[in-house]
Amino acid sequence: MQITSPTFKDNAAKALADAQLQKALGNVRAGFIDKRQKAADALPEFEALRDAARDIKNHTLAHLDLYLETYAEKVEAAGGQVHWAETAEDARNRILEICRRLGAKTVTKGKSMITEEIGLNAFFEEHGVTPVETDLGEYIIQLRGEHPSHIIAPAVHLNKEQVEEDFRRVHTHLDPSRNLDEPTSLLGEARAVLREKYFQADVGITGANFLVAETGTSIIVTNEGNGDLTQTLPKAHIVVASIEKIVPTLEDVSQILRVLARSATGQDMSVYTTFSTGPRRDEDPDGPGEYHVILLDNGRSAMLGTEYQEMLRCIRCGACMNHCPVYHAVGGHAYGWVYPGPMGAVLTPSLVGVDKAGHLPNASTFCGRCESVCPMRIPLPKMMRHWREREFERNLNSAVARYGLGLWAFFAKRPALYQFATGTAMRLLGAIGKGKGRFAALPLAGGWTRHRDLPAPEGKTFQSQWAERQKKMKAKAA
Amino acid sequence: MTTPRDNILAKVRASLGRKSDDTARRAAVTDRLQRTPKGVVPRRGQLPQAEKLDLFCKMAEAVQASVARVASTADVPQAVTDYLRQKNLPAHVRMGADAFLAEMPWSGQKNLTIESGRAKGSDEVGLSHALAGVAETGTLVLASGPDNPTTINFLPEHHIAVIRAADIEGDMEAVWTRIRATYGKGEMPRVVNMITGPSRSGDIEQTILLGAHGPRAVHIVVVEE
Repeated sequence: MQITSPTFKDNAAKALADAQLQKALGNVRAGFIDKRQKAADALPEFEALRDAARDIKNHTLAHLDLYLETYAEKVEAAGGQVHWAETAEDARNRILEICRRLGAKTVTKGKSMITEEIGLNAFFEEHGVTPVETDLGEYIIQLRGEHPSHIIAPAVHLNKEQVEEDFRRVHTHLDPSRNLDEPTSLLGEARAVLREKYFQADVGITGANFLVAETGTSIIVTNEGNGDLTQTLPKAHIVVASIEKIVPTLEDVSQILRVLARSATGQDMSVYTTFSTGPRRDEDPDGPGEYHVILLDNGRSAMLGTEYQEMLRCIRCGACMNHCPVYHAVGGHAYGWVYPGPMGAVLTPSLVGVDKAGHLPNASTFCGRCESVCPMRIPLPKMMRHWREREFERNLNSAVARYGLGLWAFFAKRPALYQFATGTAMRLLGAIGKGKGRFAALPLAGGWTRHRDLPAPEGKTFQSQWAERQKKMKAKAA
Repeated sequence: MTTPRDNILAKVRASLGRKSDDTARRAAVTDRLQRTPKGVVPRRGQLPQAEKLDLFCKMAEAVQASVARVASTADVPQAVTDYLRQKNLPAHVRMGADAFLAEMPWSGQKNLTIESGRAKGSDEVGLSHALAGVAETGTLVLASGPDNPTTINFLPEHHIAVIRAADIEGDMEAVWTRIRATYGKGEMPRVVNMITGPSRSGDIEQTILLGAHGPRAVHIVVVEE
């Protein structure tokens, strides 16, 4: 897909001015945070499970080559085929080959971020294959020609009136006077329209939440049941998964499943957790005749052994963006590529380059909420800081930013001078702002004061207050 | 000529800084796959069997499934008929050839017709046998096989699952022990479906609605004998 991360600042400004979007984003704040907290509080072992989940992925990543070999052998032993793909292009070509061989015209798809990453839908359309998204949110945004704005709630940027408009525009075979006021009618209509598509499709494509090395099993976790119909009814099921989705055993995946749904939607378990191993067996009455796994690297192997390795523990629950004040303000599209929010701010520079995505790790207040809710305990703020360092080393910041940082560094390395300069500045600003207690405009701070007033300092710096307090405490102790 | 597989594995090894001697790493992997260590198993499900059953029913109802408890397999056909009546559904059920279900006295239900084989898009009611339940979360566990079509779990509007009380386990880990005992270590049925309540979606304004693409209702019949 077209990457617009380089214009993050413009994207964000537009998002802030978009009334529809701002209304819809209220649903993120209201819809996820309390539910996650309740689900976590109801399970005394939740924090211990987060530790266990982190340790399982760390062990797996340290032995990834060996687990990948085991996994592939088990898939093949169950009659499935593994297609190793180094790049997005390789993956697209392998998928198209399978579809061509089967004469596929229509392909149904379960919700999958990895197929967004490889731009599969656009590629299919260029090559005469019709992709049909079957997850309700994905279906809606496909009708609109958009991309997901959230990794588990792809249409979270929309309001129901917009969905109604799209359904009336596209479902022209239905009575134009039908009532679509209620979300239940919209859901019912999508259900009926997509029912036919499952049966028409020649190939069904899903992602995978996990791949189990012990048994050669792929797992999808869903609530709607669309992924299951997508993979059960057509002639072939293609699983597209990146190499870090591996977990060693069924017990290991059970540990991680306990933190996945709770962190994502606040459910104890998602409705459907489906474990698939190979194609239809001899006497099976249903199931796909062929089972393929596209095992994709696309930049993951290069993240191993670097300060970004821990990002490969990510299980795509979305908790980091659900709790992110920046995501709440601008939504997912502003981030400009497949993965938004804090996890996107770390992953996008790794996969497309910090030269293109350098704004993303800067779009953070480092408030730390993402790390505090990440079920896999990924230190997201620390990794965003690493990206800022890489950006600086590679001379990618603007001249103004570099000059400002240089100036700050000059003072920061000279504590006496730093304290004198900041102390003087605070006293000066405090004196000027005494009347109103705030500034509506200040030189060099236009980015702040355009949107809100800057509170006037009340005289002393933090450091001088700290020093005074220490002195008092010492005097008391003596 | 190197294959994409070789290239990816070589890149992974290079990034991990691995040398040619992998003995210790291989031993660690073999050990984990052999031992399948359990990790943290929540206390919630660690209960005597009768309480496990109560917890299973409570958790299933909490996710909008309905539950009927019957004394013996002989009572199941009546329980199915009762459900169909209560929901105003036609007396017609789609069912696999599962032996546990097949041996029940269906002929006692005069008006009830049963169609076997894989489900069709137009089926109103599907009936299947759950091989296990997970009390911790109120989850049904179903395995595909010659007698258990997967489509029955997803296509019909209403899904009725019959489960023996003795097959309700406290946690997922106990289910894996059962599956290994039946299918062999490292082996799986083609599909294992874990189902926790009826299908739902929150994709429109984050409001949860039941009946997205799978069944709108899940009814569990527990056989207590």
